[in-house]
Amino acid sequence: MANRVEVALKQSVRDARGRRVKREIEQFLHLPVAEVRTIDVYTVDALLSWEELDQAAAGPLCDPVIQERSIDRPIAADFDWIVEVGFRPGVTDNVGRTAREAIEYLTGRQFQQGEAVYTAVQYLITGTPSPLAGEAGTGQRQTVEGDGGLCRADLERIATGLLCNTLIQRFTILSTAEFAAQGGFPAVVPRVAENAGANGRSSVQEIDLEVSDEELIRISREGVLALTLEEMLIIQAHFRSDEVRAERAKVGLGSSPTDVELECLAQTWSEHCKHKIFSGTVQYEDEQGNSREIKSLFKSYIQQTTKDVRAKLGDRDFCLSVFKDNAGVIRFNDDWSLVFKVETHNSPSALDPYGGALTGIVGVNRDPFGTGMGARLIFNTDVFCFADPFYAKPLPSRLLHPRRIYEGVVEGVEHGGNKSGIPTVNGSLVFDDRFCGKPLVFCGTAGIMPSRINGAPSHDKSILPGDLIVMTGGRIGKDGIHGATFSSEELNENSPVTAVQIGDPITQKRMFDFLIRARDKGLYRFITDNGAGGLSSSIGEMCGEVGGCRMDLAKAPLKYPGLNPWEILISEAQERMSLAVPPEQIREFLTMAKSFGVEATVLGEFTDSGIFHMLYEERTVAWLPVSFMHEGLPPLQLPAKWTPPKQEEVKVEVKDNYTDVLKSLLGALNVCSKESVVRRYDHEVQGGSVVKPFTGVTNDGPSDAAVVRPLLDSFEGVVVAHGISPRYSDIDTYHMTANAIDEALRNYVAVGGSLELVAGLDNFCWCDPVLSEKTPDGAYKMAQLVRANEALYDVCLAYNLPLVSGKDSMKNDFYDGGIKISIPPTLLFSVIGKIEDARKAVTMDVKRPGDIVYLLGTTAAELGGSEYFALLGGVGNGVPLVDTTAAYSRYQAYHRALLAGVVASCHDLSDGGLAVAAAESAFAGGYGMTLDLARLLWKGDLAARNDATLLFSESASRLLVTVSPDKSDEFEAIMADTGCSAIGVVTLAAELTIAGVNGAVVVTSGLAELKEAWQATLREL
Amino acid sequence: MAKTRAIVITGNGTNCENEAAHACRLGGFDEVVIAHIAQILSGEIRLDDFQFLNLTGGFLDGDDLGSAKAQANRLKHAAVAGTGEKLVEQFTRFIGDGKLILGVCNGFQLMAKMGMLPGLDGAYLTQSVTLTHNDCGRFQDRWCWLKVDPASPSIYTRGLQALYLPVRHGEGKFLCDSPDTLERIQQEHLAVLAYSTPDCESPTMEFPLNPNGSQDGIAGICDPTGRLMGLMPHPEAFVHYTQHPRWTRETLPEEGDGLILFRNAAEYVRMNLC
Repeated sequence: MANRVEVALKQSVRDARGRRVKREIEQFLHLPVAEVRTIDVYTVDALLSWEELDQAAAGPLCDPVIQERSIDRPIAADFDWIVEVGFRPGVTDNVGRTAREAIEYLTGRQFQQGEAVYTAVQYLITGTPSPLAGEAGTGQRQTVEGDGGLCRADLERIATGLLCNTLIQRFTILSTAEFAAQGGFPAVVPRVAENAGANGRSSVQEIDLEVSDEELIRISREGVLALTLEEMLIIQAHFRSDEVRAERAKVGLGSSPTDVELECLAQTWSEHCKHKIFSGTVQYEDEQGNSREIKSLFKSYIQQTTKDVRAKLGDRDFCLSVFKDNAGVIRFNDDWSLVFKVETHNSPSALDPYGGALTGIVGVNRDPFGTGMGARLIFNTDVFCFADPFYAKPLPSRLLHPRRIYEGVVEGVEHGGNKSGIPTVNGSLVFDDRFCGKPLVFCGTAGIMPSRINGAPSHDKSILPGDLIVMTGGRIGKDGIHGATFSSEELNENSPVTAVQIGDPITQKRMFDFLIRARDKGLYRFITDNGAGGLSSSIGEMCGEVGGCRMDLAKAPLKYPGLNPWEILISEAQERMSLAVPPEQIREFLTMAKSFGVEATVLGEFTDSGIFHMLYEERTVAWLPVSFMHEGLPPLQLPAKWTPPKQEEVKVEVKDNYTDVLKSLLGALNVCSKESVVRRYDHEVQGGSVVKPFTGVTNDGPSDAAVVRPLLDSFEGVVVAHGISPRYSDIDTYHMTANAIDEALRNYVAVGGSLELVAGLDNFCWCDPVLSEKTPDGAYKMAQLVRANEALYDVCLAYNLPLVSGKDSMKNDFYDGGIKISIPPTLLFSVIGKIEDARKAVTMDVKRPGDIVYLLGTTAAELGGSEYFALLGGVGNGVPLVDTTAAYSRYQAYHRALLAGVVASCHDLSDGGLAVAAAESAFAGGYGMTLDLARLLWKGDLAARNDATLLFSESASRLLVTVSPDKSDEFEAIMADTGCSAIGVVTLAAELTIAGVNGAVVVTSGLAELKEAWQATLREL
Repeated sequence: MAKTRAIVITGNGTNCENEAAHACRLGGFDEVVIAHIAQILSGEIRLDDFQFLNLTGGFLDGDDLGSAKAQANRLKHAAVAGTGEKLVEQFTRFIGDGKLILGVCNGFQLMAKMGMLPGLDGAYLTQSVTLTHNDCGRFQDRWCWLKVDPASPSIYTRGLQALYLPVRHGEGKFLCDSPDTLERIQQEHLAVLAYSTPDCESPTMEFPLNPNGSQDGIAGICDPTGRLMGLMPHPEAFVHYTQHPRWTRETLPEEGDGLILFRNAAEYVRMNLC
């Protein structure tokens, strides 16, 4: 029988978790609550003596200074309602796992098969003494005495709206009376029910593909295979081949594919894994009606960019490994190489924001760790795109409120990053209401590895036939089944719950601690990550390296019995790496794993048979030619037609004073301070922080980019920055892309990044661009993708930016049959590079009164897609155009000035234009600024030159710089002919004053007011 | 003369081992070893061979049962292979030999929950204080001013009046099991560090100066010998001026405030334990 251990804070101790829930109930559900207190529940389902149980409760489970405990006796008292929230069967329960380990240490005995500890949390809710109407106007509230003015429906809202994600958690609500009558909650053991075949054994099904086309479509849809009819027909044809049938007969397989084979192909061929859109053949027609065929956007643009940039760089080329591994590798110095990858985890974050985002960050950690021979992880970056957290309109069912997504994602990445000991150094929050259909959760991780390990280049690796297939880390469960295929479809009402996983940073950390030491001892030959598609993908790809494999799925360690072989193969259960270990090293590898508390299992061996050969208890369950898996799919045919959209023009307001506009812009979601989020992320662990996310006299000005010293005994720094501007996609994705790249590079340059060693990384998040019934505007969306790729090539080539890695996520839509919500096409462009001497880094805060303020770059009437137009409720058409030639020479000159030590501060101009940048630099530094708009360099028709445009235009490639007067001559000499003008001065008075083109003051405000406007919006979130 | 030797324990979620080791080296230790807990439990590395033990920051076991709880339980109950000895015996011997232990952040939480601090009346395995969730309910990464109690016996803070260091924690609120414990900590000047106003004159309860709501603003304590100390702020995170949040606008000495703690430890070891 299971026992319940309950642990509660002593009455005198502040319950921070309870208070937070109380605040959220009041703020988001508008229900009156007097108090919320919480109790931790451990359901121990194991054979323990009473003394052992008591010791466990008293020891590891309870902190005697602040907590009290009870066993099998409810501890809760003094509440109106109580809600207990626990996990559903099979959901990762990290705390339960740690409790189990603690009890094992205590008793000196391992738990038996099937024994476990499960956790739950109780929320004790006390309403307000007088039953005030919770919601005005409902009039129907059925509340009775003793319920604190809350009815059961209110509690349901609290449970489902805040406390519990019903996909992964269960909840029970009891009133005081019910709780008393029942004597508390019964012990709930959420063990996974065994659902394998009738005899309790795992089973393999054959799937008959000799059926009608309609039936093929049904098989794909109902199985969440995400295979098109065309793809199903290719599979059908493969299994019809006499040659294939003869070979299959030899291994005891019939002429129909097994579920293992079909699932494996579905994973391997999923959009998520195969990038069918980027490798498809596009028939592109431009606005003049000119047509051309593009064979693979990936090869034609992304790979071509890198190829051409590398050729241009010649012997200055610093790329070491691009596109072929889990992450890109570039040179850092003679002895060290840098590794970088950015991933998205959008679909899981839409369903379970916390688990999805946590898995996103710990998942991308495995990419650099699984690159080359494995890299030590040095920082994380994250960029989130959400709808307005204060969104107040109705949402389609199944979509979570943006606020919950915000909370969950922020917390998931917080736990994933902080617990892994990797500083989160750079990021953004971007808001657009179309992201309510799918939030975008970009997570990036960089690593560093010695350029040579055991005498060989660390970025190369190989597998030899006969090497053993080894899986390390977590066990396999049903979590994350169909993650790859489900994220290759739009989110819909039937999206599978099993696609959600919860990461466990500590299991992964233990594994990394072990593997990095195994790496240095040369105990493995090849390492890769188990991500989307699980073993089918990792072993499938490794197979491609060596030519085949033979693996017994029954050997894989499981979280609980009853998984079918296909589930074992494709489960995306987290914290696993796959390795090729030479047979002569296996003993030492396994022994070392054991001593580090890491599970490592030999599953089979690599071969050169040409066959991906899976067994289950030595019986063949999958036999697929590697060539068919990896090359069996013909390219998609994708129509694309570019018709430039014509947005309604927006009229610039003509006003005497724009101070209020500036304050509104500072408070806009895309501009305002994100400090309440950023402070929750450890950005300093590992000790290498040089330019932090916040800077300035009171540590609260927004830095443009991060500088980190990964080697503590060196001053060489890594610089990382990013650019993202989805709003410009409403006008032209070419310019959206160009601006994102330019923003990334100018942020990078601003803090001191060198143009000699900087690489780019592209993350495309698109709405489905494949023309179909569901997507009638597919040809336009595909053309948007083509134009984005054209810009990627053009701008990266001009900026000498090789692309070293990237990812695309192409199905960011919500569709429930009626409502369709598509995200704006979004490119996140990240750059990583070097600053030779981190002590030369520059921050964005103004430093001294009297310093001269320069604006680098020209301003034009480019308010299309701007924050200012958004404030006016429109989009417009005059999107900022990037002049790469002018910008690049400006950035080069600025970098020389920075190295010469004449730059006091530098801040990039982006959302909100000059006015916002000036306000931020001024209040960050604590000194005022007087600026003169008449002194800005203008480009284009003078008729369009007016105060509002000069203040808020988002013209690209501009930097706001301050320079000490005694260095201004030198600065101006260095910047000569690059578009640099002195536009004002830093003042002791803490005020921002901007004179308009006619000399009259058009903006004037105390810095405190501006800062308050900037900080207020998200302060309480 | 014998070498000064520092050990930094890592594993199961410890995150700050590299910068802690770096600080020990800069502080003047002749030899610094980062030891994975597996190497200690296997008997490969023994605490007895060192004079300065660093229990450093991280998320031991993910803070799953409350910060450092699972590790405290592990250290108390785990046996060292091939010796018949429990690991905790190596710890008590280490303390008994007059050696130094510094617990930072998660390491402080571990020392508190194992009972090593405040170590009143020589009780090093009885818990009487704890560190729990910040009042604000959130993890906080921010820099704090710290007032040093000059009358404290801590060997780490000798000669110091004030410190400016980052905190990075979700569970840093210091609480005692009784008013008596708190009174003795204060009376015996064991509350080495307190979150304070920017002038480092007086302890504060005001957020965010006091980032967690600790009793009396306590940020760090030591045992009555001054050789065992735990603190929530990270001294190893400020050993060079480029780590300071305002180094681009202030004139700062080359070395950061935190380094002094490691220098003092190395000096103490050299004078007393070699």
